[in-house]
Amino acid sequence: MKFPSLKFAVPLAAGLALSFTMADTAQAQKIKRGGILNFVVGSKIPSYDGHIEGTFGMIHPIRPFYSTLIRVNPDNPQSPTDFICDLCEGGVPKGDDGFTKYVFKIRKNVKFHDGTPLTADDITATYKKIIFPPEGIASARKAFFKMVDSVESTGKYEVTFKLKFPSGSFIPSVAMPFNFVYSKKDLDEKGYTWHKTNINGTGAFRFVQHQPGSFVEGKRYENYHIKGKPYLDGFKAISAPKMALRLQAIRGDRAAIEFRGFPPKARDDLVKALGDKITVQESDWNCALYVTPNQRRKPFDDARVRKALSLALDRWGGSKYLSKIAIVKTVGGVVFPNHPLAATREELLKLTGYGTDVAANRKEAKRLLKEAGAENLKMVFNNRGVDQPYKVVGTWLIDQWKQIGVEAEQQVNPSPVFYAKLRKKSDFDVSIDFNCQSVVNPIADVTKFLGSAGNNYGGYKDEVLEKIYDRLLRAGTEKEQRVIMREFETRAISDQVHMIPTLWWYKINPHRSYVKGWKIAPSHYLNQALDQVWLDK
Amino acid sequence: MWQYILKRLFLMIPTLLGAAILIFFLLRLIPGDVCEIKLAGAGLYVDQEQIDICRKDLGLDKPMLVQFWNFFFGFLTFDLGKSMWTGKEITFELGLRFELSLQVAIMATLTAILIAIPLGTISAVKQNTWIDYFVRAFSIAGIAIPSFWLGIMIILGLLISTQALFGTPWMPPIEYVPIWEDPLANLSQLIWPAVATGYRYSAVATRMTRSALLEVLREDYIRTARAKGLMEKLIINRHALKNSMLPVVTVIGIEFAFLMGGLVVTEQVFNLNGLGKLFVESVLNQDFALTQALVMVVVSVFIFTNFVVDILYAWLDPRIRYA
Amino acid sequence: MVTTSEIAVEAQIEELADKPPLMSRIRDFGRRQPLGSVGLIIVLVMIFASVFATVLTPYDPEANAFEFMLTPPNFDYLMGTDQFGRDILTRIIYGARTALFVGFTAAFIGATVGLVLGVASAFFGGKFDLIFQRVMDVFMAFPLIILALAVVSIFGTGVQNVIIAITIPFIPRCARVVRSSALAIREIPYIDAARANGFSNSRIIMRHMVPNVMAPFLIMITAFVGQAILLEASLSYLGLGVQEPIPAWGLMLQGGAEEYVESAPWVAIWPGIAISLAVFGFNLFGDAVRDTLDPKLRSQ
Repeated sequence: MKFPSLKFAVPLAAGLALSFTMADTAQAQKIKRGGILNFVVGSKIPSYDGHIEGTFGMIHPIRPFYSTLIRVNPDNPQSPTDFICDLCEGGVPKGDDGFTKYVFKIRKNVKFHDGTPLTADDITATYKKIIFPPEGIASARKAFFKMVDSVESTGKYEVTFKLKFPSGSFIPSVAMPFNFVYSKKDLDEKGYTWHKTNINGTGAFRFVQHQPGSFVEGKRYENYHIKGKPYLDGFKAISAPKMALRLQAIRGDRAAIEFRGFPPKARDDLVKALGDKITVQESDWNCALYVTPNQRRKPFDDARVRKALSLALDRWGGSKYLSKIAIVKTVGGVVFPNHPLAATREELLKLTGYGTDVAANRKEAKRLLKEAGAENLKMVFNNRGVDQPYKVVGTWLIDQWKQIGVEAEQQVNPSPVFYAKLRKKSDFDVSIDFNCQSVVNPIADVTKFLGSAGNNYGGYKDEVLEKIYDRLLRAGTEKEQRVIMREFETRAISDQVHMIPTLWWYKINPHRSYVKGWKIAPSHYLNQALDQVWLDK
Repeated sequence: MWQYILKRLFLMIPTLLGAAILIFFLLRLIPGDVCEIKLAGAGLYVDQEQIDICRKDLGLDKPMLVQFWNFFFGFLTFDLGKSMWTGKEITFELGLRFELSLQVAIMATLTAILIAIPLGTISAVKQNTWIDYFVRAFSIAGIAIPSFWLGIMIILGLLISTQALFGTPWMPPIEYVPIWEDPLANLSQLIWPAVATGYRYSAVATRMTRSALLEVLREDYIRTARAKGLMEKLIINRHALKNSMLPVVTVIGIEFAFLMGGLVVTEQVFNLNGLGKLFVESVLNQDFALTQALVMVVVSVFIFTNFVVDILYAWLDPRIRYA
Repeated sequence: MVTTSEIAVEAQIEELADKPPLMSRIRDFGRRQPLGSVGLIIVLVMIFASVFATVLTPYDPEANAFEFMLTPPNFDYLMGTDQFGRDILTRIIYGARTALFVGFTAAFIGATVGLVLGVASAFFGGKFDLIFQRVMDVFMAFPLIILALAVVSIFGTGVQNVIIAITIPFIPRCARVVRSSALAIREIPYIDAARANGFSNSRIIMRHMVPNVMAPFLIMITAFVGQAILLEASLSYLGLGVQEPIPAWGLMLQGGAEEYVESAPWVAIWPGIAISLAVFGFNLFGDAVRDTLDPKLRSQ
């Protein structure tokens, strides 16, 4: 079977940049305006405040109401380094004073939905709320901006960020889709929590209504700062927690698209039923699934046991079959597979449990278990109550471990209980774990492996790894970064096996072919402004 | 009679208090809270500081008893507070779903009545014949088929059959429109879950109709009517059915109360934004305030329905009052 | 969906009649209760399947065999395979074990605890009865699904906890019915006579009251088994029940079944039929038991 698919590898995208722009201009002539885009969302909306939330359930319906300072290039979302201005003007600043000063020129024609004109002060107030929130005000991604020393308006339409030290992760952090720009007037007059339940942005769409549990409706914003856009008259984000129903909704044309991703089988069914009425876009996904052993507990404090658990996994074979039934596919290391810093296949093969001789790996695993005195290991495997991909991969893991004589009982917990077990109570033997970020930013993303990180649950201290990371942070060139990254990777998942990698996720978005102008990004958080989406109906 | 009503009213208080205590402490026993799930749920970095701020905002840092008092006193004064997940007023959240749940409950009850009364009557009149056995098997099948499975099969059946018939697949709308705005869209969404649920709930009512009718048919006045030479049809319709309806009405009434908020699985399958779906979501989000409010509403409806039924019975049968 | 309200059972005092020989009783049952016999056959088939599961099928219900994933039904795999390449018939046969284990355990514990509490409440009466009644009210009014969600969230998933979650709501329902039967018995003179003879409370309860409420007790148990199987399936559907890789019918319908319902309908159809048939069988059988044990209905 063959599917119309669009897959961009990074180097490919760079090489084809020219032909893409040409294709875009050719397309621009026949862009049709109008229409309402219906899409389904599988998660729930908490508050509307992007600065404090972290779920795509909020991003998909709410992001179109807001603009950000810079964003991932919507025409080239596959590139982890291609950022363009949204509310700023000209290009994204390259950094002055040894990469410690970034000056953003702000657009002059921008108005908030309530009519207030946007100035540099709005940007400054927004980033101050994100980076230096007042006492008692939450900000979920404050830690991403540790390098920022100050944010100031240096003119009516100019904002300057000063950094404490140069950092390659600053610009990607600014580009995160959660950094909605709010109006200073709202923040001053209505307070820092007003945005939890109210919306006033500069995005391509105006908020119309939200029926909790049902849908969010937006309509075209006439004064949007990018001339001629958006193309749509409006959109409706319909809540549908059951995956089967989201799928059926696209099939029955109750919705045109779902932005998170479907498993391969679902794509096949849609294509089979609807043929060319369905277009499929696919991409590697900046999320990876791991198993974290709890090193506070015996025998998981023993690296040999952790190695054995990793050696039991047939990653290459698993990729072949699991990629048919789950939203995972690519075998990779600690870095997003399409990134220049990621390990090549040859480099991967050297890591523990990545070798292609599965029988030899498992023999070695049994030997290690015996040596560690942990034969016939019985353990409880803590999993998250979400089908895709957690529970599907969980069933696979249990079967894999069984083949080295390890018996794992699966405990599936609803998300809150799952987190409480990981975080507060550290009450687990081994647990499924994942790293899922928005903008691809490997140097920030791999902090997950540090025992000291807020989102690491393994309960270990590894000074060697922390030191390697320090060197990685300060590495100037990409070549240098790459070398240190290999060292980091080997230590984290091969020598110590602090976390057992399974597979990277794989994003598949089958949608109605009449949806045009939306390009798949390596994250379900990215490229959701919807200003360039149009309907060919 | 008044004394009896007062006594029954008074007995509702401990039940409500008991339910309040039960739900309050049950929720606190579940590990984790809404702040953890909000902030850590997407797998991004989390500071403990951020979680503490969120807890303080929601009043989760206060002593248990204070929290309990705020909740129970709020309930007594009809102030349900705000959802911890969305920050919106709970009365607003409930109101939004109430309409849909009420409509599905009414439609399902109507379906159940339309199935139960004729089938129950036939079954009783043709007692112990193959017709009787068939009807009973049909109605028991209604309880036996899992509602979620039936739901999946209905949607799939619609998609496949419409594609086969008209070329394009059709499925019921997935968002709710009030009946007065667009009756067609409204009904085409809600008819399926209503029929599926109604069939399920007709089983009990069918059985009740059958046995109540059987009992009445043995009464003296029916024999008299028969002796008078009245037509069998007339006897059944005019005399027997009417007199056997009280237990049937009771069963239907209690089930109606149950349907409000009880359609947890059906609402999941059909993506209905009703109280049942809200229930599951609020528990899974650890939205304490909303879950508590929902439980209290459901318990109140249940208690109140029972109260009405009891009063009705006491009014009809004086022996109960003085027991 | 999750209801137990159909158990509106009016129990009567069982009159002990002369017992005819077993075979003729069975024949008599078949003649009087054709539906009940069908139910009984289904129940027996289930018991047979679960006892002889290891002999009936050559496959392992848990081992993955990806090369055979989603194979349509054929001579090797009579009902096809699921997305992990596991034989569905095998999982259904082993699933009968899980279903019966959960069903019988939950029904038996629930009804027994209910029996003890109901009889005690009726016997002691007074304040104890009043308080006990209110507690039962709370549990009756409490949404079952919330109780189940809470139990599973607190103790975790797994067969034992699913049984706990299902058992709790059964207790008050059984206690209520037993209490009302027991109340009726308490008023009968022979209990007074027993008291006058100086028999201890426990003796009176065990020798006189309990045997006399056995009819409603048995009726409740048979009614509960089917409900428990259905509840287990519903909880598994919501992701709160038994977990992979344990073979269980509700679990087989969750996740995969919905995804593959179209391209591989066998994944969804067979477990659904299995659940429906099992619950159907237990309900038919339960009805027959009720009709047989309830003299008021029997006299018809």
